[in-house]
Amino acid sequence: MIDPLALAVALPLLGALAITMLPSAARTLGLLAALATTAAALWVTLLVWGGGAPRSELGGWGTPLGIALRADGLAAALLTMANVVGLAVSVHATGYFGATAASRHFWPLWLLLWTALNGLFLAADLFHLYVMLELMGLSAAALGALSGTREAAQASLRYLLVGLLGSMTYLLGVALVYTAYGSLDLALVAGAMTPGPVAWAAGALLIGALLLKSALFPMHFWLPPAHANAPAPVSAVLSALVVKAAVYLVLRFWLELCDGIATEAAGLLLGMLGAAAVLWGSWRALRAERLKLLAAYSTVAQIGYLFLFFPLLAATPAGPERDQLITALVLLALTHGFAKAGFFLAAGLVQKSTGHDRIRELGGAAQSLPAVTFALGLAGVALIGLPPSGTFFAKWVLLARAITLGQWWWVPVVMVGTLLAAGYVFRVLARAFTREPTPRCFVTDARTEVPALLLAILAALGMGLAAHPLTVLLGTGG
Amino acid sequence: MSEAVLTQILYGGVGILLFLLGVWSFLIHAPLLRKLIALNVMGAGVFHLLVAVAYRGLQAPPDPVPHALVLTGIVVAVSATALALAFGRRLEREEPDDD
Repeated sequence: MIDPLALAVALPLLGALAITMLPSAARTLGLLAALATTAAALWVTLLVWGGGAPRSELGGWGTPLGIALRADGLAAALLTMANVVGLAVSVHATGYFGATAASRHFWPLWLLLWTALNGLFLAADLFHLYVMLELMGLSAAALGALSGTREAAQASLRYLLVGLLGSMTYLLGVALVYTAYGSLDLALVAGAMTPGPVAWAAGALLIGALLLKSALFPMHFWLPPAHANAPAPVSAVLSALVVKAAVYLVLRFWLELCDGIATEAAGLLLGMLGAAAVLWGSWRALRAERLKLLAAYSTVAQIGYLFLFFPLLAATPAGPERDQLITALVLLALTHGFAKAGFFLAAGLVQKSTGHDRIRELGGAAQSLPAVTFALGLAGVALIGLPPSGTFFAKWVLLARAITLGQWWWVPVVMVGTLLAAGYVFRVLARAFTREPTPRCFVTDARTEVPALLLAILAALGMGLAAHPLTVLLGTGG
Repeated sequence: MSEAVLTQILYGGVGILLFLLGVWSFLIHAPLLRKLIALNVMGAGVFHLLVAVAYRGLQAPPDPVPHALVLTGIVVAVSATALALAFGRRLEREEPDDD
C-alpha cells in the first residue's frame, strides 16, 4: 500500500540524495522532487478533507519505539500552505539560480529543509519532532549562508547557535516529559499530563525553546540579519515557512499538551511579547533602509500578531468562539506565509535587476518591473490587512474577541501595528512609482498645510472614534 | 527510597546542573569555541539525565528508549558542532583581508 504521509517526508529526502549524487541534473531533479512532494502533500490534505485522520507507523514499529506520522486539520492546513509555497519557490529558484554553482548547493539543502518541514507538520511524537527541528535548523542555517558573503556567514552562525540553544532546551523538556509520563507520543502525553510543577516545567521548556525558534520579541534579534542576507528564495522559505513551523508547534503544544495546564497568566505573557513584537517589528520595518531588511522586520511583527491570539485563547472556554479564534490564527499564519514568500521573491527580483535593494533608490522600478511591483503591492495588501485578504478577517476576529472579553488593550496594538504596516508598504510603493526625489521634510509650509492636515485627520480618525458626543448632541443617544 | 531511585535522582540532578552550567557559559562567553563547548556541555547534561532515567537497578535491564534518544542526540550534536565550526573557519579565513 502506498502511504502518502511517508511519501510527503521521503520524496524530498530522496530528491536531495539524488541531486547530491547527480549534481549536473540538479535543476531537473529538484523540480521533479518538488512536484512529487507537493502532490503527496495535497494527497494527504485530500484525505483529511474527506474526513479521514491518516496515521501511519513507519516500518510497522508501533509506539513507543517506532516513528509515527499523522495528519489532522491543523497539520493539513499548514502542510498545504508550505508545499504550495515550496513549489512556487522551487520554480522561482530554477530561474533565479539558473545553472550556477549556487544552484547545486541550493537544491539538496532546500529539499532537506522541505523534508524537515513536512516531517514537523506530520510528526506524532516529541522526539521525532526534535530530530526534524534539528534537521530544519541545520539545513536552514546552511542555506542562509549560500551567498558566501561574510555577513551571511556571520548571520547564519548566529542563527545556528540560537537554534541549538533552543534545541537543547527542547531536548531537556523531552527528557522531563519522558521521565514524568514514560511516553513521547503526543496523544499519550497529552492524556497523561495533569497540572503541577512537572507539567509546568516541561511545558515552559518545550514552548520556551520554540519561542526562541519562532523569533518572538525579544528573542527576534537573530532573524533580521539572517533573513535579509540570504538569497531571495531562501529568505522566502525562512520567513514564510521555517518560522511558521515553530509557531505551529507552539500552537499544537498549547492546544493539546497544555490544555488545562497553560494558565491565563502564561497567555498574557505571550500576548504582551506579541504586542511588543508587533510594535517594535513594524517600527523597525518602517525605518529599514533595505527592502529585504524591511521584509524581515515585518516578519517579526507578523509573528507578534499570531501570539496576540494566545491570551484570548487562554480566556475562552472550548466552544465555537474558541474554534473561530483558532481558525483566525491559522488563517493569519497561512496568509502571512503566502504574502511574505511573494514579497521576498519580488524583492529578490528587484535586487537582481537594479543590483541593490536600497529603498531610497528604488525610483522607477515600477516602470521597468511592473509585475514585480504589482506583486509587492498585492503582498503589501495582505501584510497591512486590507479586505479581502485573510489578514483582514483574522484581525477582525481578533479585535472582536478582544473587545468581547474586555481585553481592550490589544485593540490599540493591532491598530498601531496596522497603521505602521501601511506606512512601510506604501513607503516602498511610493519609491517604486516615482523618479523624482521626494522633499526632505514632511511639512513645508506649516501655516497653510497644518489646517488641511488637521481636517483630514479629523475626518479619517476623529469622527469615527468620537461618534458618541454626536449622539448626545442630537439627543438620540437614549 | 530504593537504590535505583536514589541513583536516578543523583545522576539526573547532576545532568540538570551540567545543563544550567552550559546555559550560563553559553550566554556570557563571546568566542565561538567557548559557545560551542557550552552547547555540548548542555547536551551532555541532557544525555546524563536521559541515561539516569533509563536506569532501573542493577538487576533489571535499562529502558532502551532513552538510550536511543541519547544516540540520536549525539549524532545531531556532532553534526551541528561541525557545521558551526565550518562557519567559524569561513569567518576566520577572511579575517586578515577583511575590508
